Formats: sequence, structure tokens, C-alpha cells
Amino acid sequence: MSLLSLLIFLPLAAGLLILVLPYAWQQRYKYVALAAVGIQVIMSAFIYLNFDGNAFSGIDAKSKYQLVEQVSWINLQLGRLGSLQIDYFLGIDGLSMPFLVLSSVVMFIAVLSSWEIKTNLKGYFALLMLLNTAIMGVFCALDFFLFYIFYELMLLPLYFLIGMWGGARREYAAIKFFLYTLFGSVFMLLVIIGLYFSVQDPITGNHTFNMLHMMNPDNYIPGSIFSALAEQQIFGIPARLLGFIVLFIAFAIKVPIVPLHTWLPDAHVEAPTPVSIILAGILLKIGGYGILRICMSIFPDAAIDSAWWLGLIGVVSIIYGALNALAQNDLKRMIAYSSVSHMGFVLLGIASITAEGISGAMLQMISHGFLSTMLFFLVGVIYNRVHSRYIHDFRGLALIMPKYTTFIMIAFFASLGLPGFSAFIAEAFSLIGAFTSESVNGLLPRWMAICGSIGILLSAAYLLWTLQRMFFGKTRLMGGEDWKSKLTDVNGREIFVLTSLTVFALLLGILPSLAFDKMNASVLELIRLVNLK
Amino acid sequence: MIDFVWLVPLFPLIGFLIIGLGRNILPKAVAGFIGSLTVLLSFAVSIAIFVQLESSAVKTHIVPLFDWIRAGNLLVPFSFQVDPLSALMLLIVTGIGFLIHVYSTGYMHHDAGFSKFFSYLNLFIFFMLLLVLGSNYIVMFIGWEGVGLCSYLLIGFWYTNSAYASAAKKAFIMNRIGDLGFLIGVFLIFATFGSLEFAQVFPQAANLAPNNPFLILITILLFIGATGKSAQIPLFTWLPDAMAGPTPVSALIHAATMVTAGIYMIARSNILFTLAPLTLEIVAIIGIATALLAATIAVTQTDIKKVLAYSTVSQLGYMFLALGVGAYTGAMFHVLTHAFFKALLFLGAGSVIHAMSNEQDMRAMGGLKKKLPITFITMLIGTIAISGIPPFSGFFSKDEILAHTYQHSKTLWVLGVIGAMFTAFYMFRMLFLTFYNKFRGTHEQEHHLHESPKSMTIPLIVLAALSVVGGFIGIPHILGGHHWLSQFLAPVFYQSSVRTGALTLDHQTEFLLMGVSVAGAVIAALIAFVKYSKNNHVPLADNVDRGTLARLSYHKYYIDEIYDFAISKPLNFLSGFFYRVVDKAAIDGVVQGLGRATTEASKGLRLLQSGNIGFYIFMMVAGIVALLLYGFYNI
Repeated sequence: MSLLSLLIFLPLAAGLLILVLPYAWQQRYKYVALAAVGIQVIMSAFIYLNFDGNAFSGIDAKSKYQLVEQVSWINLQLGRLGSLQIDYFLGIDGLSMPFLVLSSVVMFIAVLSSWEIKTNLKGYFALLMLLNTAIMGVFCALDFFLFYIFYELMLLPLYFLIGMWGGARREYAAIKFFLYTLFGSVFMLLVIIGLYFSVQDPITGNHTFNMLHMMNPDNYIPGSIFSALAEQQIFGIPARLLGFIVLFIAFAIKVPIVPLHTWLPDAHVEAPTPVSIILAGILLKIGGYGILRICMSIFPDAAIDSAWWLGLIGVVSIIYGALNALAQNDLKRMIAYSSVSHMGFVLLGIASITAEGISGAMLQMISHGFLSTMLFFLVGVIYNRVHSRYIHDFRGLALIMPKYTTFIMIAFFASLGLPGFSAFIAEAFSLIGAFTSESVNGLLPRWMAICGSIGILLSAAYLLWTLQRMFFGKTRLMGGEDWKSKLTDVNGREIFVLTSLTVFALLLGILPSLAFDKMNASVLELIRLVNLK
Repeated sequence: MIDFVWLVPLFPLIGFLIIGLGRNILPKAVAGFIGSLTVLLSFAVSIAIFVQLESSAVKTHIVPLFDWIRAGNLLVPFSFQVDPLSALMLLIVTGIGFLIHVYSTGYMHHDAGFSKFFSYLNLFIFFMLLLVLGSNYIVMFIGWEGVGLCSYLLIGFWYTNSAYASAAKKAFIMNRIGDLGFLIGVFLIFATFGSLEFAQVFPQAANLAPNNPFLILITILLFIGATGKSAQIPLFTWLPDAMAGPTPVSALIHAATMVTAGIYMIARSNILFTLAPLTLEIVAIIGIATALLAATIAVTQTDIKKVLAYSTVSQLGYMFLALGVGAYTGAMFHVLTHAFFKALLFLGAGSVIHAMSNEQDMRAMGGLKKKLPITFITMLIGTIAISGIPPFSGFFSKDEILAHTYQHSKTLWVLGVIGAMFTAFYMFRMLFLTFYNKFRGTHEQEHHLHESPKSMTIPLIVLAALSVVGGFIGIPHILGGHHWLSQFLAPVFYQSSVRTGALTLDHQTEFLLMGVSVAGAVIAALIAFVKYSKNNHVPLADNVDRGTLARLSYHKYYIDEIYDFAISKPLNFLSGFFYRVVDKAAIDGVVQGLGRATTEASKGLRLLQSGNIGFYIFMMVAGIVALLLYGFYNI
């Protein structure tokens, strides 16, 4: 078994172990989980260090991927329909490798923050490990069918994690989340089948789910539904455009974009802290990753045609999310809306189809992964102590929790794009990409970048306002003296988590080449692929 | 030494890390010592660099540190540029920075957050040095934002006071508005010139014809950035509020260094501005308008720091006026002299406040001359210097600005002289109200009155000396000098001066201009003397009705209220509207509606399952008939 398989299935094994361990040991489940994610962190660090970002650009050529595993998995002779060919096909390139590192770190922190979970530990940790497997699988899979299996597999544990360990309206939030995502992925399945019947393996001649084959126009069967030359139409819309839109909507719900975002605030508010962390830190990125890996690579022609709309959606999300964040009284809800705003930069950068824009979008996803993890962890800290998240329930926290305040200031300033932290480089590059797009490829008008940058201003407004209301002034708490005694400053475990996240955000902000150098070749390759059309 | 320029910002960064991480362990004396020492070391290196540059034939040195970002076509090296302009700024930042660090060891001595204060100050110096040393707009922008952060942290230093925390937030957000302009300007520079390196952008720009629309747009955007950081109309209201910070902060950040970043940035990009005369005209108009507006507010303020704050806004306006009329050297000259006398005045005010047990209202002061002799003498020197009375430093820099203004436009010159008279008036008003006549405070305050410790008075004396002699580096030719500063900075402004030409006024006019502005300042000072010293006039209490003009001035023309009404309220309304109406009611309403529609529809369909066999058979037959009909008509 090679490294990627190990990375994917190690947590599954840990989950199974937890299931068979006796209940009497339930206080130790978390250590099993922690060991598994700890090993994953080491493995992904190893992968990162050995990753060659220059020679292997990935994208549409198997030989340019690293750590490739390809095993024929399902091979059915279907008579007249040919043979069904599904491969267990894994590999990573510059677009996916950073997410393996991000996911393993976020997962590690999610497990560390699971110390707060008190009920039904067996189920909780088993589901968490299952989710972990699914997430790793999504980022490694290069066969569309395999991708879809992992993609749908994430839904199940998440539904239960929110629905069973969540807050007061957890069932509502869980169902809303589930239906929203399912809505997107059901139609995605139709496109997958359409692609399957349109694409041929150039060697065997079989239909195939191999994503890399789907990226090559030569592999499309003449006259098939998604063949670029056939110019088929469905409901009067070009088939390839429709396929792109359907896949885009499926991923955009995850990102999420406005107006398909209303599951996010509810899910975040109701989810327990570790699940919020995973949602914001990893799941949203699967949306952006999917758009790059699948929508743009398989339907580059449609991506160029829709770039203007993608950019517009990005800008609307940036401003709309920020304005909504400004109106929130619930700290967690505010951060959820700020996620909508920050993920808008990802879309804007991707839509520009420039090297700066896409690199910026990638870095923004990684940066936001660390920062949103930090923010939700921080919310979890006070929520665990006094079970309130309302901004106006707190005032002058800086006096009683100085260390906590330092960390929240770091997280806030990093999120509002202060130079020195990762978000600045990421957002600046997304915007530079969007801004130069007009002169490079004429896809996005300049006003989009200008409007997008207003989001940076608004983020300063809502974050600093929150800082002022909750942390400055004389201490005054909703729960009085009782709260004051419960609101102890951060403990060792919390300091460890927060410090390591701070280090990640600083490292990527001061030495962004740590990320850029690994993904540059893939980003350029992707742009080359898109521009071929 | 120039190759070791990275040491200059490195020392304060190390200081920040040591003091910041050890703030709960280090004794105050150690923290203060380390904080001051690091800046002193930077100052020493800066002097060495200055000396080397002065004797070197090559005036521009790029010191690359490492390749910072490479993505697509954009390569941003992390490198420093040492040339006369940055060398001058290095000396100002580290020199005055050091004096203010020393002063702070005395001023903040009793504060519980002493170590935190020094770590922030060191961090500020670090970012300010990045700002002036960066060889491209990105490094400059990092410093630019970084000093904004430190300004935020230090304005809100006493965060338990909500008003202070709010002032900090206001400062950061108003700066951010300007930063947005800066950032978009930087994008446009990259899109136009394909690089962000000064050494690549400026030569390309110099080949463009004047009034290139891109250049005009770029310069306007950069200028918007400058209005935020350097507190010009319309983004100036944060600076007076920023006085919430400890007084050394007001002296260092909000008078001597950070607020001049906008001037530095424009002087650095001078060729872009010279080729965009339209922008320069705007810069000049905004500059003089700000100078006058702030001066007319300063004349009625009663808080000693507020007077100085509006004075700073006004003096910054003069610097922009200078930039606007193409007198880049004059602007930098005024940056330098202003750094001396305004830092001095703020530190002097701090000494007064220190002595007055934190009282800042001049109505409660008076007669401090005897009790605070050193503070008085040094502040007197500062006042004369800022008023533009020869031979003190302010005279030379202000004269240079006004002479260039006269050549550019007579109207602007008249306005400039009026502003200068206001300056002399409000400064002497402050001096007389504070130090002359009888003490008006409480007995307890009177009892505590004392001259400040040496750590505070020595920086005052040094700055006073600099305020006296600082102008001598730029003595104009008609007074027998050869304007060393202008020669020193000439390589930086070469491309611009080729295009704008030198001052062409004849000697007689120049002497006349000098005479008018000096006479104006002296007259204004005399009026202040008569009113506040001889007639012992004390400003009215807050609740007493003033005349219309005085009320407008005292309440700062209600600009804060106007902004609140025109911007903050609508923004809050908009965000509430988007959340409650668009998000909750409309979007989520549709989502919920879909769910509810499904439930309702299935409730309806459920009724079909009635259990009545006759009904089922009827439906079955109807279905078969429908299918048959369909088949007939289609095949």
C-alpha cells in the first residue's frame, strides 16, 4: 500500500479500532484519533517535503502526477454498452498537495478541540475518522467515480456530527446542510454519467471515469453529448456549458457562493466546535478545489465563457458576506459570514484565469483554512466556558483573558488582511489577478477587482468593531461574577493549538513561496490547458 | 555599511520580540533599556549609512535580501533601496525615535503596560523603517499597513476606556479607506508597467508623455492613500481622535514620522506626479484647504493635545501644498523641521500633562512658566520655530514652500500666508494659556506641579536645539547659503526638476515674500499676546454659548457628525437590511419555502392514498386510457 492510500485509510482503521474498543475505555478514544491524525500530519509533512513542484505539473497528464496509484477496480463487461471501467486512481499535483497538508493539520486541531465532546464518544470519533478518510480521498482521487464516492461519503458523517452533537437547532441545520449539498451532487452525478458516455480511454477504447482523459478533447467520442465538436444542446443551452454550470453549482454550494450560502451560517452555529473547524477549514475548500480540478479542467471552454459571471459571483459574495457579517450579534455567525466573504476572493481569483489570480485563490483557500480554524477554535474557547456566543454578552474581556485577547487580535488582524499574515498575500494576489485580467485575457473588467477590495475594508470594520465591543472597555459580563470565574484564560492545549496556527499564518505570510513554489507549475499548466481552448 | 542596511530594521524587530515575549518577566528598567538601545543602534547604523552615501558617487543602492514572491509574471524581491531620500528618513525615524524612547522611559514609568508599550514602539519603528526602505511598492505597503497596526495598538493602549478604543478603531478604518486607494493604485502600476520595483517603474514612467490618463489615475489613487495616512481632507478626522494614545505616541507616530509617510510616498514617486499636473493641482488644493481648515479649528480648541493635533494636520497640509506646487525638496525639508519642533511640542505638552496629573485642558492651566522652566523654554523655542520666525528651523522650510507656491499661484500663496498667521496665533495662544498668568487648576494639582525627570527633559533640550539649528541645512541662496539639503536630495528629484525647472523669482521678490510672512506671523503672535497674556482671556466653558463661527470651529465644523450621518448610519442600515431582508427573508425564505412546498405537496398527494379500491381502479383505467391516447397520436 502506498503513501496516499495509507493517508486515506489510516483514519478509517482508527475509526474501526475505536468501534471495537470497549466502552470502558471511552476516555481513550480521543487518543486513538489523535494518534491517527498525528501520523497523518507527519505523513503529509513528508509528502510536502518530498514534493517536486517544478518537474511535476500534474493537471492533465498522469506522468506529471506524483505518488500515483492506479489499480483497475471495477471492470464490468456490459455487452452492447462496452465495458464499465472504474479505476482506483490516486495521485497528487500542485493543486491537491497543499490541501493534504491543510486537511491533516485542520483534522489534528479538530481532534484536539474534541476534548469538549462529552457524549457518545464512540460514535463521535468513529464518524470523525470516517469523515477524515472521505476528505483525504476527495483530494487524491483522479477517477471521477472514485471522487464522487468520497465526495458523497463526507455527507453521511457530517450529517450525524451536526445532527447529534450540535446545538439547540441541530436537526434543522443538519437537514438543511444535507439537502443543500445533495441538491448539488445529484445533478453532478448526471454530468458524470454524461461524461462517462462521452469519453473513451485512448488505449482500451472503453468508456472511462478517468478525469485526466476527460480533460483531453481527443478522447471525446465524436457526436457524444459533451464532445466539444458536436456542439450538442440541452434545453437550448450548449451541453458543455450546462455540464459546467451543473458541476459549478455543486461545488459552489460548498464554497459557498451567494445566494447558495444559507446553509453555512446555520450549520456553523449549530455544529460543535470541531465540526465547525472542519467545515470552514476543509469542506469549503473542496468547493474551490473541485472548481479548479474538475469544472475548469474538464470544461475549459465553458469556464472561459462563464468567467465574467464567476467573477461577478465572487465580488457579490465578498461584499454581501461582509455586509452581513457587520449585522451579526452572534460571534460564530459573524465568522461564518466572513467565511462567505473571504471565499469570494477565491472565486474572483479563479475567474481571472491568470497565474496571479489562481495562485492567490489557492493561497487564500489554504490561508483561510488555517485562519477560520483559528477563529472557530477561539469562539469555542469562550463558548465552552460560559455557553454564550453573543457579542453583547461580553465586554472588556481583555482585562480578564489577556492571552486569549492576544490570540484573537492576531486572528482578527490576520483575517482582515494585514501584511505579514497569509491572507494579505492571498487576497492581494487574487485581486491583482482580477485586476490584470483585463489586459492579459480580457475576461474580467477592472471594476470587479476594485469592488472586491472594498471587502478588505469592510472586513476591517466588522472585525475591529467586534474587537472593540467584546474585548475593550471595562469588564462587564452578562453572567456577572459567575462568568468571570469561569472565563479563565487559555490553557496549555489551547495555547499549543493557537500558537501553531499563528505560526502557519505568519509563515505563509512572510514566506509565501513555501506554498507558491509547490503549486506554481500546476497553476501555469492549468492556465495553459484552459487557454488551449 | 550600506550593504548592512538590513540591520537598521532588524534591531527594533529583535527588540520587539524580546520585550514582547518577555513582557511579563522583564523588569521595567530592562525593557526600557532594550527598547531604547535597539533604536540607538539603528540610529548609529543609519548615521554610518548616511556618511557613506554622502561621500559615495553612486547615490542609489539596491540591497536585495531575498526573492520574496514569485507567482506568474509577478516577481517581488524583498529588497531595500538606499538613496538620499531613504537615508534622510532613516535618520529622522531612528533619531527622533530614539529620543522619544528615552522620553517614554520617564513618561510611562508608572504605567502597568510599560513593557507592552515599548514592544509596540519597537514594532512601530521596524515597520516605519520597512516603509521608507522598501525598494518596491509591496514592501512599502507592508510597512504602510504595519505602522497602521501599531498606531491602532498604541492609540488604544489604554483600552479600558471605550472612547480610546473607539478612536483606535476609527484611525485604523479611516486609514484603510486610504489604503484601498493605495492598493488599487499599486495594481494599476503593475498592470501598466509590469513591475512594482521603483527602479523599473520610474524610468518607464519618465518616458511617458505628461497627462497620460493612466498616470493621472495612478497618482490620484496613490494620493488617496496619502490622504488617509497623512490626515488630509477628507480623511483627517482620525488624527485629532488619535490623541487618545499616550503622548510619546502622539509625538512619534502622529506628528514626526508615520503621518509623513504620505508625503514620503509622493516624494518617492515624484516622477509619476510631475507627469500628472492635474493630480498635482488637486494635491495642492487639498493641501492648502486642509491647512486652513485645521488651523481654523485649532484656534478654539482647549485641549492642549488637540491644538497640537490640528496643528499637525495643518502643517501636513503645507507639505502637500509643497508637493502640489512641485517643491519636493521643500516638502521633505518641512517633514524634517516639523519632525523636530512638533515632536518637541508634543513632548513638552506631555511634560505639562505629566506635571498636571493628567490634566489636558488649558483652561485649568496657566502660570506654569516658573514651575516647569525647562519645559517652558523648550516649548517656547518650538513655538517660535513652528510660527516661521527666523532664524529658527520652521522659517526656512516654510519660506521655501511659500516661495514655490508664489511662483505657482499667487492665490495659493495668499492663502498660505493666512494659514501661517493662524499657525502663529494658535501656537502662541497655547503657549500663553499654558505658561503665563495665574494657575487656574485645583490646589491638589498645584501641589503636585513639578518639572519632569531628566529622561524627559534631555530629549526636550536636544529637540529644542535641533529646532533652532535644523533649518540651517537649507539656507536659500539669497541669504548666502547654498541649500545643502536640496543638493543632497537632487538625485532623487532629478527627473522631476528637469521638467519643472528651478525657482525663478528675483531676489527682491523673494525678500518681499519673506518679509510678508514673517511680519504676518509676528503680528499674529502679538494678537495672541494681547488677548491671552495681557488681557488674560480664558476660553469659555463648554456649555456657554459661543458665536456662530467660534461654535463651528470649536465643534470641528461638525464633520464627525456629518460622517456619522452620511457613512456610518447608512452602512449600518445597509448591513441590517441585507441580513434581515435579503438574507433571512428573501434568500432563506425561498429555501425554506421550497422545503415547505415539498412537505405541503406531499401532504396533498398523500390524500390520494385513500384506501378506496374503487378509486384506485378508476385511476388505473383513466391512466390506461391516457396512455392509449398518447400512443395513437404519436405513432
